Amino acid sequence: MSALVASQPLIRWSWIGDHLGEIRTALVQHLELTFVAVGVGLVLSAVLAAVAIRFRITYQPINAVTGIMYAIPSLALFILLTPITGLTKLTAEIALVSYTLQILFRSIVAGIDSVPASVRESAQAMGYTRWQQRWRVEIPLALPVMVSGLRIATVTTVGLVPISGILGSDQGGLGTFIFDGLNRGFNTPIFVGATFTVLLAVALDVLLVRTQRLLTPWTRRVRAT
Amino acid sequence: MINLEHVGKTFPGQAAPAVGDLSLEVLEGEIAVLIGPSGCGKSTTLRMINRLIEPSSGRITVAGKDVAEQKPHELRLAIGYVIQQVGLFPHRTIARNIATVPELLGWDRARISTRVEELMELVGLEGELAGRYPAELSGGQQQRVGVARALAADPPVLLMDEPFGAVDPIVRLRLQEELLNLQRRLHKTIVFVTHDIDEAIRLGDRMAVLNVGGVLEQYAPPVDVLAAPSGPFVLEFLGADRGLKRLALIPVSAAELEPGPAVEQSASIAHARAMMARDRVDWVAVLDDGRVRGWITAASLDGQERLDQIEPTPFAVTVHPSDSLRHALDALVSSPTQVVIVVDADDRYLGLLDVARIGKGLET
Repeated sequence: MSALVASQPLIRWSWIGDHLGEIRTALVQHLELTFVAVGVGLVLSAVLAAVAIRFRITYQPINAVTGIMYAIPSLALFILLTPITGLTKLTAEIALVSYTLQILFRSIVAGIDSVPASVRESAQAMGYTRWQQRWRVEIPLALPVMVSGLRIATVTTVGLVPISGILGSDQGGLGTFIFDGLNRGFNTPIFVGATFTVLLAVALDVLLVRTQRLLTPWTRRVRAT
Repeated sequence: MINLEHVGKTFPGQAAPAVGDLSLEVLEGEIAVLIGPSGCGKSTTLRMINRLIEPSSGRITVAGKDVAEQKPHELRLAIGYVIQQVGLFPHRTIARNIATVPELLGWDRARISTRVEELMELVGLEGELAGRYPAELSGGQQQRVGVARALAADPPVLLMDEPFGAVDPIVRLRLQEELLNLQRRLHKTIVFVTHDIDEAIRLGDRMAVLNVGGVLEQYAPPVDVLAAPSGPFVLEFLGADRGLKRLALIPVSAAELEPGPAVEQSASIAHARAMMARDRVDWVAVLDDGRVRGWITAASLDGQERLDQIEPTPFAVTVHPSDSLRHALDALVSSPTQVVIVVDADDRYLGLLDVARIGKGLET
């Protein structure tokens, strides 16, 4: 894709200075779109995972359906959804959420499955109720695997939000700049939009890794002997 | 304390029952060992007691109460459980692992931390391990934590499923010894599953030998099972060294000692020769006011006038009345005189044992 116009300087620094407010707004919007998508995706995946863990037979069908949703190209999905939900944030979020489901669903189930049978058995035998066992033993132990899925889902979503900018300037976050630059043949906003998107993805990923380390101190210490 | 009445378990999709029709009573304060080959249903039986597995038929009572009428998680709070893979919670420190059941019971913090300290000492764990995570401990240490966790809320009943199966033989012996010491102080009712016959003999007040399908072949104290196996299955299960295993359970004090050739060092040379002649041996034990000094040979008497002029050779091994006959036999086979000297706690000569006398111990 020859997005950048060769005859211009890559960045016109004065443009950035003049548009700081807009950059901030776009960044916040980008974060909002990401958080809502990952948040809703997480809740839906948790429900799906709970069903799949309780009724193993549902795992394959759920996995297949979320897999198909993941496989639909994002542009195609926007086009399919627009007649129903219009050029709205809802359309953007539906698409974004649908891309998180598979990875989140699979990592939650895999996380719970990674809990050793002996740990499960002793939790049960100590006198935990099913609920206590799930929340106090299995979910904490599943965190590392779950968070690894959450990182992929988050970074993917940050990368997809700019594409949803095709639905309009309220749906694209930092992508708005990219589309604006492409339309006007102006390099600087394209560069700004792309760079901040990458920085945002890296920042959120680092934040998730740090949070996971804080939440799972037992994974940091290895056998001393 | 624990009563199984016609208990059966058939798993879904299996034609043969894992446990057919098992009735068994475990008395308060005893260690009952369930032993048998794989497929004999010993673990299944254990798990039915705390309802990790629900029986298909029959009734189980603990302390007089039908377990089926209690909520499973409440029932389990009063039953300690230890398994081979230990199953410690990897995300919790040692202290919090041990505190599991007290926390579930809602004890206050001060009481929990006092109890945790007490238990760590009881099972021989250094206090500095309290803040570590399970992955930082050795296998033996982990199993001690497992035992401490099971004992935390002082449950009257303890279920143990091959708890020492995954540790090396030396650590296993020590853990078995420690369990017996604990039991002498705590008097729990323990059901212990193992496939190791030596472990069963060492730990069990009674052992239940199970055949495939949970068929109870024999349920008796180990010494009785060894003395009189109920049938060919038990006989074969006990193995070829059944006699030796029995000897391990019989104390020297149960055998009839021979007076043996022994003289005070103040006695005459002639008396020493007379003792040798009486027992048809070429050596005699020399005593000093009843205490064993050692032994001298017939040859060393030649040309001597007094016994106390001869320096006796100390006995390499002596045994005490509380030692097992197996220990005595072991000492005997490595002794040049083919006998083993028995002394009391003050090293006073009591008599001696030879192979024939040890063998007679098995007849009692």
